[in-house]
Amino acid sequence: MSWWTDLADALSRIGILVFPGSNCDRDCHHVVEQIMGAQAEFIWHKEALLPQLDAVLIPGGFSYGDYLRTGAIARFSPVMAAVTRFAEAGGLVLGICNGFQILLEAGLLPGAMLRNRSLSFICRDVHVRVENRATPFTGRCKPGQVLKLPIAHADGNYYTDPATLSSLKAGNQVVLRYCATDGQVTPAANPNGSLDSIAGITNAAGNVFGLMPHPERSAEALLGNEDGRLILLSLLDSIKSGRFSPKPVMAS
Amino acid sequence: MITKELVAQHGLTDEEYQKIVAVLGREPNLTELGMFSVMWSEHCSYKSSRAFLKKLPTEGPHVVQGPGENAGVVDIGDGLVAVFKMESHNHPSFIEPYQGAATGVGGILRDVFTMGARPIALLNSLRFGPLNNPKNRYLFSGVVSGIAGYGNCMGVPTVGGEVYFNEIYNHNPLVNAFCLGIARKDRIFLGRAAGVGNPVLYIGSKTGRDGIHGATMASDSFDEGSESKRPTVQVGDPFTEKLLLEACLELMEKDVLVGIQDMGAAGLTSSSCEMASRAGTGIELELADVPRREPGMTPYELLLSESQERMLLVAKPGREGEVLDICKKWDVDAAVVGRVTGDGFLRVKDKGVVVAEVPARALADDAPKYERPAAAPPYQDHLQSLSLELIPEPADCNAVLETLLASPTIAHKGWVFEQYDHMVQTNTMLRPGSDAAVLRIKGTDKALAVTADCNSLYCVLNPYIGAGIAVAEAARNLVCSGARPLALTDCLNFGNPERPDIMWQFILAVEGIADACKALKIPVVSGNVSFYNETRGLSIYPTPVIGMVGLIEKADRAVSQGFKAEGDAVVLLGETGEDLGGTEYLRAVHHREQGTPPMLNLDREVALQALVLKAIEQGLVRSAHDCAEGGLAVALAECCLSAPSGPLAAPSCPLGAEVTLDARGLRRDSLLFGESQSRIVISVNSNDLITIKALAIESNVQLSVLGFVGGRKLTISIRDDQGLANVWIERPCRDLDIIWRGALRSALESPRESEGRHA
Repeated sequence: MSWWTDLADALSRIGILVFPGSNCDRDCHHVVEQIMGAQAEFIWHKEALLPQLDAVLIPGGFSYGDYLRTGAIARFSPVMAAVTRFAEAGGLVLGICNGFQILLEAGLLPGAMLRNRSLSFICRDVHVRVENRATPFTGRCKPGQVLKLPIAHADGNYYTDPATLSSLKAGNQVVLRYCATDGQVTPAANPNGSLDSIAGITNAAGNVFGLMPHPERSAEALLGNEDGRLILLSLLDSIKSGRFSPKPVMAS
Repeated sequence: MITKELVAQHGLTDEEYQKIVAVLGREPNLTELGMFSVMWSEHCSYKSSRAFLKKLPTEGPHVVQGPGENAGVVDIGDGLVAVFKMESHNHPSFIEPYQGAATGVGGILRDVFTMGARPIALLNSLRFGPLNNPKNRYLFSGVVSGIAGYGNCMGVPTVGGEVYFNEIYNHNPLVNAFCLGIARKDRIFLGRAAGVGNPVLYIGSKTGRDGIHGATMASDSFDEGSESKRPTVQVGDPFTEKLLLEACLELMEKDVLVGIQDMGAAGLTSSSCEMASRAGTGIELELADVPRREPGMTPYELLLSESQERMLLVAKPGREGEVLDICKKWDVDAAVVGRVTGDGFLRVKDKGVVVAEVPARALADDAPKYERPAAAPPYQDHLQSLSLELIPEPADCNAVLETLLASPTIAHKGWVFEQYDHMVQTNTMLRPGSDAAVLRIKGTDKALAVTADCNSLYCVLNPYIGAGIAVAEAARNLVCSGARPLALTDCLNFGNPERPDIMWQFILAVEGIADACKALKIPVVSGNVSFYNETRGLSIYPTPVIGMVGLIEKADRAVSQGFKAEGDAVVLLGETGEDLGGTEYLRAVHHREQGTPPMLNLDREVALQALVLKAIEQGLVRSAHDCAEGGLAVALAECCLSAPSGPLAAPSCPLGAEVTLDARGLRRDSLLFGESQSRIVISVNSNDLITIKALAIESNVQLSVLGFVGGRKLTISIRDDQGLANVWIERPCRDLDIIWRGALRSALESPRESEGRHA
């Protein structure tokens, strides 16, 4: 009993959701274990309950093939009800790419995704400016820091109504904006036509974060880019601070 | 009753039909005729090529599985193997570009994961007619989005490949897809139906009426009516394939399978008879148990359907329940549809009534083999005749360089590969755009390099040399990234083999590949032949595409093509000759596709590659780039302009260079734009020059220090035999970069502009 509790105390435990069609789940598993030094656990979409976790990561991919609208079917998976309860209890949730799209569809974040302005899939490095470093996901960044991160999506053109946009801005919920190498937010530096160049947002409480770029693809020197580590390690700091542990939820 | 017309409609000759009657000892029924027609089609039986493919060397110290299985397998150490193959999907992609290309990707992925490997990379080798023709723009963009649509959803990165444009592909584009996977050496699965009594299971998509007779279509030439064949093209569903992939890999972990094979061309028929034939067994199938999409399908349709995303498995006795459970977890359809028998027959029943009964071996392996007549075509002499006196030396070499950088064949292919997810799986160290793509292997210090290459203009001018160059260039591309070539897969695209000139091309090309493989000690472990690439009697250029895999022992030693730092010495390894025949320069500037292709001296090639590998292993090489289309000037420009974002990227790009070439009596255009083989441009820290020179002398490779990396311009001077140097190329890298990176996009988006670009 005691050695097990010690081990559990030592290692942060991050759940990685696996939907049919998730394809960045193994990449996330790799960075959680190798870069964050945390314990990664795959969570099957049919699970109605989450094990005890310090954070939930929703990886990229094409959940259910994304034949209808990205994330539109995944939100009905049993696991999403559990994730919603986890988020409502204050637990940390990070959605990357398709994970962001699913969070939007599930209503855990406001807004929706349209097809990219070019109507094509785009895979390349982009630059994003950190607009808010006072979040559990950006604590290691400097104010206004420009990160180079890769994107890979066909539907990353963020949209929401003017009222929601104003409240996002008022609440400092816009965390990342697409920008040029020098940090200027310009139309030319916006790869997909996103409203207000939005690349990542949090919910009002700040514990749920969705972003289109892939920090897990840019966290290793061997792959040529380590900027993504800042986001992953910020999340780890927040877990370790203990300030974001979800309030206990009664198992039903 | 089988009539002469029915036999002809099935693409079988009278003699072939008589052979079927002899094999069966009776007339076949319609279902059996259909089964023979697909299995004995050129596409499935290799009846015109088998005799010649035997010349290819297939053995080597690290070969685990050579040709004859779903894919080739080579040992890469650490208990791991690389599994790879390349295949064509030319005909379907011309009829329906998106689905044709997508299902080509789906098929090659299945060939690799059916062996127990998780696919880690895709490449594509594409050829189209020029983009000023709207039909070609439609085909090209359709194919690219089809590849993207399938590969991206599967989560397998498309990390590179090649794209060529030439009028000859106007009515017959080529779409060849390559897939590489990694498996544990002790967990390789083969397509064998061993163990009499073992259950046979069908898993994956339900069977529909799509793609019936796809293999027969792919074994015929095209005419005006070809687009009416659209219903023979299958429709892909990458989501189902992703589930099928995960279900199969989980089944393979559980040790419940005896054998497994994908249902590709000729679907249920080919998978069952090939699995039985390899194991020397038979299979009995019950069609009533086959999951199907629509009612009323006949045995003929069920057996010949090419519905995608399906697999045939043979399970260990009593383990079928576990197979069904795992499939259920992944929401993949699965059913027991038969069992392995000992009598060697593929016996097909429909609700207990036998509807076909054919010896499995006869279907899979006893197709007639042809050694068709071969003769050099009468036009060959004209093609090879080129009098250089008729070609004026260019006065404005800057304009020629710009024309070449804007030629869609040479131009930067960002428009293509930005539509492909080339980073998923987080292994891509060298992204598309360098000589080879490099992928690290997690859990080891190693990396694999992959490339696909062929210059078909060389091949039409001289099939033997052209095919040899394809092998040499693929190996050179791997070596430039620091990888030791392990093995290759080939995808041999040719015209109608019933024409003696096409057979002549084919035989010479195979010999060219074989000789280059022997010299470079690179075995062939898998491959594919695509004949009948002709429309209205016009054949494509012979296009034997080579896909090659190499191993880098220390991943962090990988090298890319872009220059790295100011002050580095620019060094040419290898010799420049008067090699203008078949060059992109002659084609794009002088509108001639003529001459003899560059000579290939295999001894020199071997020495060059050994030298570069040794220099890279010693950490002496900062960048390395093969001289290919466009010659030395284009290679130097690409070294300046290449900034693959990665660990190996130049810090600030584009970087300029100032170099001087010695004329040695050669023409200006030969020096700058000639395509002499066995040449690699490297850049080295100038302190290492002495060491690299000593290595070159020891290896008997000619080395010339051309100049230095520096500034923001590319300057190339030529020093004549009196020692006087003149500047012939001087352009800001920024300007060249805009031309090179923008050419493909502008050819697609404002096609008129690109028409008038030739100098």
